[in-house]
Amino acid sequence: MSFINYSSREINCKIVYYGPGLCGKTTNLQYIYNKTSPTAKGKMISLATETERTLFFDFLPLSLGEIRGFKTRFHLYTVPGQVFYDASRKLILKGVDGVVFVADSQIERMEANQESLDNLRDNLKEQCYDIEKIPLVLQYNKRDLPNAAPVEDLSRMLNYLARPEFLATATSGFGVFDTLKEVAKLVLQELRKGTR
Amino acid sequence: MVSQMVMYDEESRRITSVCERLGREANARAVFVIDKNGQLIASSGDTEHLDSTSLASLVAGEIAATGGLAKLMGEKEFSTLFHEGAKDHLHISVVASRVILVVIFDSRSSLGLVRLRVKKCSEELTQIFEQLMKRSEASGQQSPFAEITDEDIDKLFSV
Repeated sequence: MSFINYSSREINCKIVYYGPGLCGKTTNLQYIYNKTSPTAKGKMISLATETERTLFFDFLPLSLGEIRGFKTRFHLYTVPGQVFYDASRKLILKGVDGVVFVADSQIERMEANQESLDNLRDNLKEQCYDIEKIPLVLQYNKRDLPNAAPVEDLSRMLNYLARPEFLATATSGFGVFDTLKEVAKLVLQELRKGTR
Repeated sequence: MVSQMVMYDEESRRITSVCERLGREANARAVFVIDKNGQLIASSGDTEHLDSTSLASLVAGEIAATGGLAKLMGEKEFSTLFHEGAKDHLHISVVASRVILVVIFDSRSSLGLVRLRVKKCSEELTQIFEQLMKRSEASGQQSPFAEITDEDIDKLFSV
Protein backbone atom coordinates (compact mmCIF):
# COMPACT_ATOMS: atom_id res chain seq x y z
CA MET A 1 0.00 0.00 0.00
CA SER A 2 1.74 3.12 -1.17
CA PHE A 3 1.85 6.12 1.13
CA ILE A 4 1.26 9.51 -0.44
CA ASN A 5 2.42 12.39 1.72
CA TYR A 6 1.16 15.74 0.39
CA SER A 7 2.88 17.48 3.25
CA SER A 8 6.43 16.39 2.39
CA ARG A 9 5.53 15.79 -1.29
CA GLU A 10 6.66 12.19 -1.14
CA ILE A 11 5.35 8.91 -2.34
CA ASN A 12 6.60 5.69 -0.80
CA CYS A 13 6.07 2.26 -2.33
CA LYS A 14 6.95 -1.19 -1.07
CA ILE A 15 8.43 -3.86 -3.30
CA VAL A 16 8.97 -7.40 -2.02
CA TYR A 17 11.44 -9.90 -3.49
CA TYR A 18 9.93 -13.37 -3.07
CA GLY A 19 11.20 -16.81 -3.99
CA PRO A 20 12.55 -20.12 -2.70
CA GLY A 21 15.50 -20.38 -0.33
CA LEU A 22 18.90 -19.51 -1.82
CA CYS A 23 17.40 -18.23 -5.10
CA GLY A 24 19.26 -14.90 -4.82
CA LYS A 25 16.79 -12.40 -3.36
CA THR A 26 19.34 -10.94 -0.95
CA THR A 27 21.98 -10.96 -3.72
CA ASN A 28 19.65 -8.82 -5.87
CA LEU A 29 19.38 -6.24 -3.10
CA GLN A 30 23.10 -6.33 -2.37
CA TYR A 31 23.88 -5.66 -6.02
CA ILE A 32 21.42 -2.77 -6.16
CA TYR A 33 22.89 -1.38 -2.95
CA ASN A 34 26.47 -1.62 -4.25
CA LYS A 35 25.68 0.02 -7.58
CA THR A 36 23.46 2.87 -6.39
CA SER A 37 24.91 6.27 -5.62
CA PRO A 38 25.06 7.10 -1.89
CA THR A 39 22.62 9.99 -2.36
CA ALA A 40 19.92 7.70 -3.71
CA LYS A 41 20.04 4.99 -1.11
CA GLY A 42 19.73 4.50 2.61
CA LYS A 43 21.37 1.89 4.75
CA MET A 44 20.75 -1.72 3.83
CA ILE A 45 19.52 -3.81 6.73
CA SER A 46 19.83 -7.59 6.77
CA LEU A 47 18.24 -9.55 9.55
CA ALA A 48 20.06 -12.82 8.95
CA THR A 49 21.21 -15.91 10.81
CA GLU A 50 24.87 -16.50 11.65
CA THR A 51 25.17 -18.46 8.43
CA GLU A 52 23.88 -15.46 6.48
CA ARG A 53 20.50 -16.95 5.68
CA THR A 54 17.72 -14.37 5.81
CA LEU A 55 15.94 -14.74 9.12
CA PHE A 56 13.29 -12.04 8.87
CA PHE A 57 13.97 -9.63 6.02
CA ASP A 58 16.47 -7.47 4.15
CA PHE A 59 15.54 -3.86 3.65
CA LEU A 60 16.87 -1.27 1.23
CA PRO A 61 15.35 2.21 0.80
CA LEU A 62 15.89 3.80 -2.64
CA SER A 63 15.07 7.26 -3.96
CA LEU A 64 14.38 7.31 -7.65
CA GLY A 65 13.89 11.00 -8.24
CA GLU A 66 10.81 13.16 -8.71
CA ILE A 67 7.59 12.71 -10.61
CA ARG A 68 5.37 15.77 -10.88
CA GLY A 69 7.03 17.32 -7.85
CA PHE A 70 6.72 14.21 -5.68
CA LYS A 71 9.85 12.48 -4.43
CA THR A 72 9.52 8.83 -5.39
CA ARG A 73 10.83 6.38 -2.84
CA PHE A 74 10.88 2.62 -3.04
CA HIS A 75 11.38 0.38 -0.05
CA LEU A 76 12.78 -2.96 -1.19
CA TYR A 77 12.28 -5.96 1.06
CA THR A 78 13.20 -9.62 0.74
CA VAL A 79 11.44 -12.44 2.52
CA PRO A 80 13.17 -15.43 4.13
CA GLY A 81 12.92 -18.15 1.49
CA GLN A 82 13.19 -21.21 3.69
CA VAL A 83 9.88 -23.04 3.88
CA PHE A 84 9.55 -22.95 7.68
CA TYR A 85 9.66 -19.14 7.86
CA ASP A 86 6.19 -18.82 6.39
CA ALA A 87 4.83 -16.76 9.30
CA SER A 88 7.51 -14.11 8.65
CA ARG A 89 6.84 -14.09 4.90
CA LYS A 90 3.19 -13.29 5.52
CA LEU A 91 4.14 -10.31 7.69
CA ILE A 92 6.48 -8.85 5.10
CA LEU A 93 3.83 -8.98 2.39
CA LYS A 94 1.65 -6.59 4.40
CA GLY A 95 1.23 -3.36 2.50
CA VAL A 96 3.10 -4.58 -0.58
CA ASP A 97 2.77 -2.61 -3.83
CA GLY A 98 4.74 -4.84 -6.17
CA VAL A 99 6.41 -8.25 -6.12
CA VAL A 100 9.53 -9.61 -7.80
CA PHE A 101 9.41 -13.39 -7.88
CA VAL A 102 12.99 -14.63 -8.06
CA ALA A 103 13.17 -18.18 -9.40
CA ASP A 104 16.24 -20.38 -9.16
CA SER A 105 16.95 -21.56 -12.70
CA GLN A 106 18.61 -24.80 -11.62
CA ILE A 107 16.66 -27.84 -12.81
CA GLU A 108 16.68 -29.40 -9.36
CA ARG A 109 15.02 -26.27 -7.90
CA MET A 110 12.01 -26.33 -10.22
CA GLU A 111 9.77 -27.87 -7.59
CA ALA A 112 10.94 -25.38 -4.96
CA ASN A 113 10.13 -22.52 -7.38
CA GLN A 114 6.67 -23.86 -7.99
CA GLU A 115 6.05 -24.35 -4.28
CA SER A 116 7.23 -20.82 -3.48
CA LEU A 117 5.04 -19.28 -6.19
CA ASP A 118 2.02 -21.17 -4.83
CA ASN A 119 2.97 -19.95 -1.37
CA LEU A 120 3.15 -16.36 -2.68
CA ARG A 121 -0.35 -16.66 -4.15
CA ASP A 122 -1.74 -18.08 -0.88
CA ASN A 123 -0.04 -15.52 1.33
CA LEU A 124 -1.14 -12.64 -0.88
CA LYS A 125 -4.67 -13.94 -0.72
CA GLU A 126 -4.48 -13.99 3.05
CA GLN A 127 -3.60 -10.28 2.94
CA CYS A 128 -6.56 -9.67 0.61
CA TYR A 129 -4.39 -9.26 -2.49
CA ASP A 130 -4.96 -11.07 -5.74
CA ILE A 131 -1.85 -12.38 -7.48
CA GLU A 132 -3.59 -11.74 -10.79
CA LYS A 133 -3.93 -8.03 -10.03
CA ILE A 134 -0.79 -7.08 -8.12
CA PRO A 135 2.20 -5.72 -10.09
CA LEU A 136 4.38 -8.80 -10.50
CA VAL A 137 7.63 -9.48 -12.34
CA LEU A 138 9.45 -12.80 -12.66
CA GLN A 139 13.20 -13.13 -12.62
CA TYR A 140 14.92 -16.36 -13.65
CA ASN A 141 18.15 -16.12 -11.71
CA LYS A 142 21.43 -18.07 -11.86
CA ARG A 143 21.47 -18.22 -15.65
CA ASP A 144 25.25 -18.69 -15.50
CA LEU A 145 25.01 -22.15 -13.95
CA PRO A 146 25.49 -25.18 -16.22
CA ASN A 147 22.42 -26.91 -14.81
CA ALA A 148 20.09 -23.97 -15.55
CA ALA A 149 16.78 -25.15 -17.02
CA PRO A 150 15.74 -23.84 -20.44
CA VAL A 151 13.92 -20.51 -20.18
CA GLU A 152 10.91 -21.93 -22.02
CA ASP A 153 10.49 -24.57 -19.31
CA LEU A 154 10.70 -22.00 -16.50
CA SER A 155 8.30 -19.74 -18.31
CA ARG A 156 5.81 -22.52 -18.94
CA MET A 157 5.94 -23.69 -15.33
CA LEU A 158 5.95 -20.37 -13.52
CA ASN A 159 4.70 -17.62 -15.76
CA TYR A 160 1.13 -18.77 -16.22
CA LEU A 161 0.00 -15.17 -15.63
CA ALA A 162 2.13 -13.95 -18.55
CA ARG A 163 3.93 -11.28 -16.50
CA PRO A 164 7.17 -9.59 -17.59
CA GLU A 165 10.06 -12.02 -17.14
CA PHE A 166 13.80 -11.42 -16.96
CA LEU A 167 16.89 -13.58 -17.11
CA ALA A 168 19.45 -12.77 -14.46
CA THR A 169 22.71 -13.60 -12.78
CA ALA A 170 22.39 -11.59 -9.60
CA THR A 171 25.98 -12.24 -8.50
CA SER A 172 27.29 -10.35 -11.57
CA GLY A 173 24.33 -7.97 -11.72
CA PHE A 174 23.04 -9.16 -15.08
CA GLY A 175 19.28 -8.52 -15.21
CA VAL A 176 19.06 -7.07 -11.71
CA PHE A 177 18.27 -3.46 -12.61
CA ASP A 178 16.06 -4.46 -15.54
CA THR A 179 13.90 -6.41 -13.12
CA LEU A 180 13.76 -3.56 -10.61
CA LYS A 181 12.89 -0.99 -13.26
CA GLU A 182 10.07 -3.09 -14.61
CA VAL A 183 8.43 -3.71 -11.25
CA ALA A 184 8.83 -0.03 -10.31
CA LYS A 185 7.16 0.95 -13.59
CA LEU A 186 4.29 -1.42 -12.99
CA VAL A 187 3.79 -0.03 -9.48
CA LEU A 188 3.76 3.55 -10.76
CA GLN A 189 1.36 2.63 -13.54
CA GLU A 190 -0.90 1.11 -10.91
CA LEU A 191 -0.73 4.34 -8.92
CA ARG A 192 -1.74 6.25 -12.02
CA LYS A 193 -4.91 4.22 -12.10
CA GLY A 194 -5.47 5.38 -8.54
CA THR A 195 -7.38 2.24 -7.73
CA ARG A 196 -5.18 1.01 -4.93
CA MET B 1 -7.65 -4.40 -0.98
CA VAL B 2 -6.27 -2.34 1.89
CA SER B 3 -6.99 1.36 1.67
CA GLN B 4 -4.18 3.70 0.80
CA MET B 5 -2.60 5.97 3.39
CA VAL B 6 -2.63 9.62 2.37
CA MET B 7 -1.20 12.44 4.46
CA TYR B 8 -2.28 16.07 4.10
CA ASP B 9 -0.62 19.26 5.34
CA GLU B 10 -3.10 19.97 8.09
CA GLU B 11 -3.00 16.51 9.65
CA SER B 12 0.77 16.36 9.23
CA ARG B 13 1.14 19.59 11.23
CA ARG B 14 -1.23 18.36 13.93
CA ILE B 15 0.59 15.03 14.27
CA THR B 16 3.97 16.74 14.45
CA SER B 17 2.66 19.11 17.08
CA VAL B 18 1.38 16.18 19.20
CA CYS B 19 4.83 14.55 18.84
CA GLU B 20 6.57 17.74 19.95
CA ARG B 21 4.34 18.13 22.96
CA LEU B 22 4.75 14.48 23.92
CA GLY B 23 8.52 14.89 23.67
CA ARG B 24 8.45 17.89 26.01
CA GLU B 25 5.99 16.48 28.52
CA ALA B 26 7.64 13.06 28.69
CA ASN B 27 11.14 14.56 28.74
CA ALA B 28 11.95 12.29 25.80
CA ARG B 29 14.89 12.45 23.42
CA ALA B 30 12.84 11.80 20.31
CA VAL B 31 9.37 10.80 19.18
CA PHE B 32 8.41 9.06 15.93
CA VAL B 33 5.10 8.19 14.33
CA ILE B 34 5.41 5.34 11.84
CA ASP B 35 2.95 3.65 9.54
CA LYS B 36 2.56 -0.08 10.29
CA ASN B 37 4.09 -0.74 6.87
CA GLY B 38 7.31 0.95 7.90
CA GLN B 39 6.87 4.43 6.43
CA LEU B 40 7.89 7.35 8.62
CA ILE B 41 4.99 9.77 9.14
CA ALA B 42 6.31 12.31 11.62
CA SER B 43 9.16 12.85 14.05
CA SER B 44 10.36 15.36 16.58
CA GLY B 45 13.25 15.89 18.99
CA ASP B 46 16.82 14.75 18.59
CA THR B 47 16.38 12.81 15.36
CA GLU B 48 19.41 14.06 13.42
CA HIS B 49 21.79 11.37 14.58
CA LEU B 50 19.37 8.57 13.97
CA ASP B 51 18.71 6.72 10.73
CA SER B 52 14.94 7.33 10.75
CA THR B 53 14.25 5.22 7.66
CA SER B 54 15.93 2.15 9.14
CA LEU B 55 14.32 2.78 12.50
CA ALA B 56 10.87 2.94 10.89
CA SER B 57 11.38 -0.27 8.96
CA LEU B 58 12.75 -2.22 11.94
CA VAL B 59 10.06 -1.01 14.32
CA ALA B 60 7.37 -1.94 11.80
CA GLY B 61 8.94 -5.39 11.40
CA GLU B 62 9.00 -5.79 15.14
CA ILE B 63 5.38 -4.76 15.54
CA ALA B 64 4.40 -7.12 12.73
CA ALA B 65 6.23 -10.00 14.43
CA THR B 66 4.68 -9.11 17.78
CA GLY B 67 1.25 -9.00 16.12
CA GLY B 68 1.91 -12.48 14.75
CA LEU B 69 2.79 -13.66 18.26
CA ALA B 70 -0.37 -12.07 19.66
CA LYS B 71 -2.44 -13.91 17.10
CA LEU B 72 -0.80 -17.19 18.11
CA MET B 73 -1.70 -16.49 21.72
CA GLY B 74 -5.28 -15.61 20.83
CA GLU B 75 -4.75 -11.92 21.66
CA LYS B 76 -5.91 -9.14 19.36
CA GLU B 77 -2.56 -7.41 19.69
CA PHE B 78 0.22 -6.65 22.13
CA SER B 79 -0.15 -2.93 22.00
CA THR B 80 2.99 -1.88 23.88
CA LEU B 81 6.65 -2.88 23.73
CA PHE B 82 9.45 -1.62 25.92
CA HIS B 83 13.18 -2.01 25.25
CA GLU B 84 15.60 -1.15 28.01
CA GLY B 85 19.14 -0.20 27.07
CA ALA B 86 22.13 0.89 29.13
CA LYS B 87 21.52 4.55 28.25
CA ASP B 88 18.52 4.82 25.97
CA HIS B 89 15.18 3.11 26.12
CA LEU B 90 12.43 2.61 23.59
CA HIS B 91 8.71 2.71 24.25
CA ILE B 92 6.75 1.43 21.26
CA SER B 93 2.97 1.41 21.08
CA VAL B 94 0.30 0.81 18.47
CA VAL B 95 -2.13 3.68 17.98
CA ALA B 96 -5.52 3.38 16.31
CA SER B 97 -4.54 -0.14 15.16
CA ARG B 98 -2.87 1.62 12.29
CA VAL B 99 0.25 3.52 13.29
CA ILE B 100 3.14 3.07 15.69
CA LEU B 101 4.27 5.65 18.24
CA VAL B 102 7.92 5.37 19.26
CA VAL B 103 9.39 7.32 22.17
CA ILE B 104 13.13 7.30 22.80
CA PHE B 105 14.11 8.39 26.29
CA ASP B 106 17.02 8.23 28.73
CA SER B 107 17.62 8.64 32.45
CA ARG B 108 16.15 12.15 32.42
CA SER B 109 12.74 10.53 32.12
CA SER B 110 11.13 7.33 33.38
CA LEU B 111 9.01 4.53 31.98
CA GLY B 112 6.09 5.58 34.19
CA LEU B 113 6.13 9.16 32.91
CA VAL B 114 6.46 8.05 29.28
CA ARG B 115 3.59 5.58 29.61
CA LEU B 116 1.37 8.22 31.16
CA ARG B 117 2.07 10.84 28.49
CA VAL B 118 1.87 8.31 25.65
CA LYS B 119 -1.58 7.25 26.79
CA LYS B 120 -2.88 10.81 26.62
CA CYS B 121 -1.31 11.55 23.26
CA SER B 122 -2.49 8.24 21.79
CA GLU B 123 -6.08 9.35 22.19
CA GLU B 124 -5.35 12.55 20.32
CA LEU B 125 -3.47 10.73 17.58
CA THR B 126 -6.31 8.22 17.25
CA GLN B 127 -8.72 11.07 16.59
CA ILE B 128 -6.44 12.65 14.01
CA PHE B 129 -5.90 9.37 12.16
CA GLU B 130 -9.59 8.54 12.20
CA GLN B 131 -10.32 11.94 10.66
CA LEU B 132 -7.54 11.44 8.17
CA MET B 133 -8.90 8.07 7.04
CA LYS B 134 -12.40 9.49 6.70
CA ARG B 135 -11.06 12.43 4.76
CA SER B 136 -9.09 10.33 2.30
CA GLU B 137 -11.98 7.91 1.83
CA ALA B 138 -14.61 10.62 1.48
CA SER B 139 -12.66 12.88 -0.83
CA GLY B 140 -12.33 10.15 -3.43
CA GLN B 141 -9.53 12.40 -4.53
CA GLN B 142 -7.84 11.58 -7.75
CA SER B 143 -4.35 10.23 -7.35
CA PRO B 144 -1.71 12.93 -7.92
CA PHE B 145 -0.27 10.38 -10.30
CA ALA B 146 -3.38 10.12 -12.43
CA GLU B 147 -1.84 12.45 -14.98
CA ILE B 148 1.63 10.97 -15.22
CA THR B 149 2.75 9.67 -18.54
CA ASP B 150 4.92 6.72 -19.51
CA GLU B 151 7.55 9.32 -20.33
CA ASP B 152 7.51 10.62 -16.74
CA ILE B 153 8.07 7.10 -15.51
CA ASP B 154 10.84 6.42 -18.02
CA LYS B 155 12.62 9.61 -16.99
CA LEU B 156 13.06 8.23 -13.48
CA PHE B 157 15.23 5.49 -14.88
CA SER B 158 17.11 7.44 -17.50
CA VAL B 159 19.74 8.81 -15.13
